[in-house]
Amino acid sequence: MSRVRVLVGTRKGAFILTADGKRQRWEVSEPLFAGWELYHLKGSPVDPNRIYASQTSGWFGQIIQRSNDGGKTWEQPGTPPGEPTTTPDGMPMGESNKFVYDTSPKTGAPLTTHQFYDGTQHPWEFKRVWHLEPSLTDPDTVYAGVEDAAIFRSTDGGKNWNELAGLRGHPTGSQWQPGAGGMGLHTILLDPTDPKRIYIAISAAGVFRTDDGGKTWKPINTGLKSQYIPDPNAEVGHCVHRIAMHSARPNVLFMQKHWDVMRSDDAGESWHEVSGNLPTDFGFPIEVHAHEPNTVYVVPIKNDSEHFVPEGKLRVYRSRTGGNEWEPLTKGLPQSNCYVNVLRDAMAVDSLDSCGVYFGTSGGQVYASTDSGDNWNAIVRDLPPVVSVEVQTLP
Amino acid sequence: MIRVELPYHLRLLAHVDGEVQLDVENPITQRSVLDALENRYPMLRGTIRDQVTKERRAFLRFFACERDLSLELPDSPLPASVASGAEPFLVIGAIAGG
Repeated sequence: MSRVRVLVGTRKGAFILTADGKRQRWEVSEPLFAGWELYHLKGSPVDPNRIYASQTSGWFGQIIQRSNDGGKTWEQPGTPPGEPTTTPDGMPMGESNKFVYDTSPKTGAPLTTHQFYDGTQHPWEFKRVWHLEPSLTDPDTVYAGVEDAAIFRSTDGGKNWNELAGLRGHPTGSQWQPGAGGMGLHTILLDPTDPKRIYIAISAAGVFRTDDGGKTWKPINTGLKSQYIPDPNAEVGHCVHRIAMHSARPNVLFMQKHWDVMRSDDAGESWHEVSGNLPTDFGFPIEVHAHEPNTVYVVPIKNDSEHFVPEGKLRVYRSRTGGNEWEPLTKGLPQSNCYVNVLRDAMAVDSLDSCGVYFGTSGGQVYASTDSGDNWNAIVRDLPPVVSVEVQTLP
Repeated sequence: MIRVELPYHLRLLAHVDGEVQLDVENPITQRSVLDALENRYPMLRGTIRDQVTKERRAFLRFFACERDLSLELPDSPLPASVASGAEPFLVIGAIAGG
């Protein structure tokens, strides 16, 4: 029987939730990396036992962790537990924490500046990894979206990281600006039909696409309107919160922007709004059903000043028409006195026949639905604030 | 032998239980001690000092002999009692936050 493994990153550690395919009885792990912020954990699609994790701390900086056994044991790539940490000639083996912008004239881009909160120009400074996206074909290849916004790639299982500097070096870089949570590259979508095509999203720059494996990047924000930038229709500067695609239809993208839920039917070349009858079109996550490319989920949040669900009711909204027509999903979710948020990477779906939908809240609850969102149950209620949720469907 | 005390989270990362003891060649300075620490425990690279600039991370402090040495120059000699191993070199996480 199939199994499900839910990888949960929180403000104070990571947790692994496991169940069989019925998804009724869950085991919750002890905290992993307790006391650290776990921005994201994600498993390789080709080797589910290979999981990457971003462990960060304001005190100690960025750590990359890797598991080769489904999360039972972890190591910093390059320095497995119990093995020498230096080569025979004394050189260090562990390099996995090293994220350095590539400023070399041959392979990189000069360390330019971006727009800071106060409107002045500010140099790029690496802070943390927001998102890890393992390759669809190679368990040793993984992409990292970082703050300040850039994309890195490792081809040796997370030991060494190299920036794909064409993105940071894009001529519009000086107009990018941080969102309230920092200038993070938070979404990486790999096109399953074209290994050279990658989409990324940055708060607050917008969406970019490469069609040459990351050498050059193109802003694809036509149709977005943002009243908080001087030119609401600008090429860049939009606070895109997340984008999502269905693997069977990679040219169709869905977006939750700071305000507005958007859709593109041409690989991001143009966007149109599909907020429709949502009670508010502000929010963070957006996700697509595993088997129905036109079924989309969002969690509306009251507004950009009050980051909690409206009216004290936790409601997931589902569209089965690819947007515009939305229905609230409430069964099993608190419908009074609830004031939680759901962050951009804290929603995911499994690929079992009856699609499971999962999300985690700022209140530490992780909710699961085994029937595409019709009914919900809390797997666990009292974790630290949840930052990310990913799901692995295992044989 | 130079003695270094690490904060809880860095001891976990380095897989050490207590104090770290390091052979460090003279001169005994912040830089030479931290270089030796990072060579012995490469997983700590970037956690105490920036990977590139080697500047101390903002929320960490260096204490020894009941003194705050955080703002000393990295190549200044550490106190003789640290160099002799009588006193440990302390890497301390700032208290604010949690």
